[in-house]
Amino acid sequence: MWLDTFFFYFFALLTLAGGILTITRHSAVHSAICLIISLIGVAGLFLLQQAEFLFAVQIVLYVGGIMVLFLFVIMLVNLDQAARTRQFNRQWWVALAAVAAVGGEMLFFIRKGVQLASPGPLPPAGLGNTERLADALFSEYLLPFEVTSVLLLAAVIGSVIMAKRRIS
Amino acid sequence: MHPVTTAHYLVLSAALLAVGTIGVLARRNIVIILMSIELMLNAVNINLVAFSRHFHQVNGQIFAVFVITVAVAEAAVGLGILIALFRNKATVEADEIEILKW
Repeated sequence: MWLDTFFFYFFALLTLAGGILTITRHSAVHSAICLIISLIGVAGLFLLQQAEFLFAVQIVLYVGGIMVLFLFVIMLVNLDQAARTRQFNRQWWVALAAVAAVGGEMLFFIRKGVQLASPGPLPPAGLGNTERLADALFSEYLLPFEVTSVLLLAAVIGSVIMAKRRIS
Repeated sequence: MHPVTTAHYLVLSAALLAVGTIGVLARRNIVIILMSIELMLNAVNINLVAFSRHFHQVNGQIFAVFVITVAVAEAAVGLGILIALFRNKATVEADEIEILKW
């Protein structure tokens, strides 16, 4: 049991420290690497909660896909000048105050409400996480799953057209 | 040491969401604003998976799969827009892009 607790705090530290470093670094490449650390922490948290499929998806898609995309764009776009100027805009203290207010509110309601929600019945034994996910995805959530493919097609075509040099 | 409950995950998720929101609201570099959006979406995913575990149901994880899909689409389109923007305006500072300001 204490191993669970230890790994929770370890991955939580990884996630939060990576996130804070992401939004404070000057260089965009450093930010991207800190974001990778944060995303790996989130993947570890998924594994701790026995969501093995999401753990694999998080590593393959986020760390392997999205972050490579980010690094390619950082390479294409010249960020040297941006790294030398002011990093935060003039209203940063307003943002900080607003976020602190909303965060305090969330903490208050988490403290107040989580004891009320009772856990549901245990799942049927013998089925793994990925099997249960696939069962639900291909029966109950089949239509949203298919609509997702249309969304991805639109995103692919849209990003290619956006990044093209000239639309003729 | 106390055992880890669902509330621990919710507090962590709220903290990560706050970090991402500060990044979106306060940073000037558009690339880092997009990264902060990814942080916020990850905070939501932690929340969904925590509740999925709490209620012993798989629905939350399915929603997390959809959130990840939308995050991928968002990152691809956002970075495409960023490249187009940089080609036209030659800046990545969010407060220097003021074409639509009155």
